[in-house]
Amino acid sequence: MTNVLELQGITKRFPGVLANDRISIALREGKILALLGENGAGKSTLMNILYGLYKPDEGKIFIRGREVNIEGPNDAIGQGIGMVHQHFMLVPVMTVTENVMLGIEPVKNGVFLDREKVSRRIKEISDQYGLEVDPQAYIKDLPVGIQQRVEIIKVLYRSADILILDEPTAVLTPQEVEGLFKIIETLIKSGKSIIFITHKLKEVLAVADDITVLRLGTVVGSIKPEEATSETLATMMVGRDVSLVVEKSPAKPAGAVLEVKDLYVRDDRQHMTVQGVSFNVKKGEVLGVAGVQGNGQTELVYALTGLLPIEKGTIQLLDEPIHHTTPRNILERGVAHIPEDRQRHGLILSFPIHDNMMLCTYYKKPFAKGISLQPQPIFSNAEELVKQYDVRTPNIYVNAGTLSGGNQQKVIVAREFSRPIELLIASQPTRGLDVGSIEYIHKQIIKKRDEGAGVLVVSSELDEILALSDRIAVMYKGRIMAIIDANKSSKEQLGLLMAGVHPAESSQN
Amino acid sequence: MTNSNTDIRSSAEKRSRVSFGIALVVAGLAIYLLFGTSTQPGAMTTFGLNLLGSQAAVVPDLVVPALPAIYLLAAISVFTGAYQLARGIRSTGWLVGILTFTFVTAFLMWGAQDKSFNLTGMLQSSLVRATPIALAALCGVISERTAVINIGIEGIMLMSAQAAVVAATVTGNLYVGLIAAILLGGWVAAFHAFLVIRFKVDQTVSSVAINIFGTGATSFISSRFMQAAGDKLNNSGTFPIIAIPGLSKIPVLGPVLFENNLIVYLTILLVVVMHILLYYTPWGLRTRAVGEHPKAADTLGVNVYLTRYVNVILGGMIAGIGGAYFTIGSVGRFDEIMTAGKGFIGLAAMIFGNWNPIGAYTSSLIFGFADSLQVKLQILRVPIPSEFLLMAPYILTMIILTGVVGRAIPPAADGQPYEK
Repeated sequence: MTNVLELQGITKRFPGVLANDRISIALREGKILALLGENGAGKSTLMNILYGLYKPDEGKIFIRGREVNIEGPNDAIGQGIGMVHQHFMLVPVMTVTENVMLGIEPVKNGVFLDREKVSRRIKEISDQYGLEVDPQAYIKDLPVGIQQRVEIIKVLYRSADILILDEPTAVLTPQEVEGLFKIIETLIKSGKSIIFITHKLKEVLAVADDITVLRLGTVVGSIKPEEATSETLATMMVGRDVSLVVEKSPAKPAGAVLEVKDLYVRDDRQHMTVQGVSFNVKKGEVLGVAGVQGNGQTELVYALTGLLPIEKGTIQLLDEPIHHTTPRNILERGVAHIPEDRQRHGLILSFPIHDNMMLCTYYKKPFAKGISLQPQPIFSNAEELVKQYDVRTPNIYVNAGTLSGGNQQKVIVAREFSRPIELLIASQPTRGLDVGSIEYIHKQIIKKRDEGAGVLVVSSELDEILALSDRIAVMYKGRIMAIIDANKSSKEQLGLLMAGVHPAESSQN
Repeated sequence: MTNSNTDIRSSAEKRSRVSFGIALVVAGLAIYLLFGTSTQPGAMTTFGLNLLGSQAAVVPDLVVPALPAIYLLAAISVFTGAYQLARGIRSTGWLVGILTFTFVTAFLMWGAQDKSFNLTGMLQSSLVRATPIALAALCGVISERTAVINIGIEGIMLMSAQAAVVAATVTGNLYVGLIAAILLGGWVAAFHAFLVIRFKVDQTVSSVAINIFGTGATSFISSRFMQAAGDKLNNSGTFPIIAIPGLSKIPVLGPVLFENNLIVYLTILLVVVMHILLYYTPWGLRTRAVGEHPKAADTLGVNVYLTRYVNVILGGMIAGIGGAYFTIGSVGRFDEIMTAGKGFIGLAAMIFGNWNPIGAYTSSLIFGFADSLQVKLQILRVPIPSEFLLMAPYILTMIILTGVVGRAIPPAADGQPYEK
């Protein structure tokens, strides 16, 4: 079996960071190589080098045994390399055809775009690989799963035979993931070779022929899936033993902390993204809100925390309405919020850690006296929290922006947990974090639950929802499809609900 | 659940339907109260349809009894409003059209009662006055489609206007003047592009600098050199009117559309060409992709920076033509700050026209119409202070910017520098 692609000794330095340190990988013809690693392990940098977006400082790239020099995406495309990016590289206001043809537009009469020719070719590719899509549809009208197909078609249209799939399952429902795996199978059968980048252990074991694990910019090792287990892979990824299951005792739910009735919320663009949602969160339980991103979860959380006005309905915290009050008032009533986008909404990156640690209480004693801030209490508060929550930082005076994602999240958790809370709202609490930090954040959330707070966890990671929740609400197109007991739920059932299908209905059909 | 959802959605539609209906009824009543009550019964309004010295076939003037016409227009407006309230008309365009048409026509009837008002002349001057606005708007369209904001169009036009008249006077050739204006426009835009693309200078700051520099430099050159040597530097003459054989003979339309100078024709041509380029050629596809999602274009091997440079510079050249219009296209001499905000109005036209060439041209025509209406009304001695009339185009700009900007959707990456 020949290696269709080989990277040897790739090194890439960014100012102050060694992103790739002498990395060598090999992809066998017609096989799937899984590149496993945490965020910041250097996977994306490596692939951007292969795709010509970055230039390596050292190292060689061989394609079919011949050394090649890749200066830009055009060279990579010319060598038969195609990349399906994690954040789709599609222009939403253009059609599928226009997106596919961009960059290598065929023309008729010398100047005019030949859309028909491209549409025909897309149809051919669709038929050949089972990638059904309407060439005339606008990208913005297509669901994410179909958008991903367009990305794959774009790559195949350029007749790539080495495909790089960068975290392809991050935005998909479990059913869509299965669809993707079928497509991958078809691609392999027709002779393509695939590099599959991910940090999800189960997927790697399901599809890969070879596994290479990266950590902190270096190759930790290569392993065959037959010889690997989730635990061994996790240990390789993190560099120490980690527990993949969240240990928790059964919940002891008491009275309701949060009561939401018939809630309607519009997003910034005036779309009604939350449509008639009703649920409650009890003291001492975790309610997980599952759903594919963009089904109204963000707006639901914004409405609960007072960041978006509601259109209709009621929100009650401990039997008092909070839907017409200010975010500050809501916080003061004991709501803690771990926002979805920690860098934009959770922290002020250009502020030092000690100021970020008191962002929601800065106007209160002991941090403020009259109109002036009191440095000493602010510093000692931060010192204490940094120690208590194990934030890895040189000191409390560095800007929050210099911390890693996991430590940034710890700062937010420390701040929110440092005051008495009745309700914790955690939105995508572990997105983009390494396995170690995920473990830590999960423990903290369960600890709050056991102390008697109500917890609402919103996550698009089904594993996270299943690990944390006592009850699970599934959101689809702004509505709650069902609220089910976590013990009685299965991944398949949740997946169907996330796709808008009631399992009962589907079995009848 | 589904029902309440449709209820809420339709309530927003209902609100907009009711507000349009009320606007039309109010406009109808206003026509009656403002114009109807102060118009002499039996007064006639004459709309002239022939231009002096035009080649077009002569047609009889349109003479309308003012009062009945005003009553009719008021009735149309109220009736449409009532219909809208009761049933609802889908097309917003029609509603705005009817509202504007009835009100403006009634206003003219009233203003020109017992006098003669040259309609053809006014349409012709609307087209001419729309030309620099349209060129500024096209400059905006072509650069903002690649996500580079250029609000320095005013300054570019001012400098090009001066360059055109000086080059044309010195060489005695108007075409040399035009080329000088185009080249200067291209150079200034290239400077802007260099700052904002290469050094990622804030796009607004860079283009404001161009405006300030343009105003200062041209005023200095004008007062220091051109006033003293007016005949040698500042007396170029203008492009002659070219009547297109045959077509210019059509009554009313002929003199409006087919008896113009080179720059007016060039503008119309540019609108058509730019539309075709933008939507039917690889260059256009790449341009739009770079403005919407530069990273996507980059990953497909499209050179984002190059596309931006080319478009901003082409835009500057178009603004250069706009500048040339002020001097060698209309009066044949340069006056300080003679662009008088047309570059900014052009940007409003670009937004109103939703960043596409034909839309931008159509809205330029509306601004041109407001501008020429204001001039005509001063001549007619309408009992409104001339200061207010002079404001008309700018008030229109503000109304459009406040009322429409919320709805217009700019290119998604507009104004953002691209980092690899």
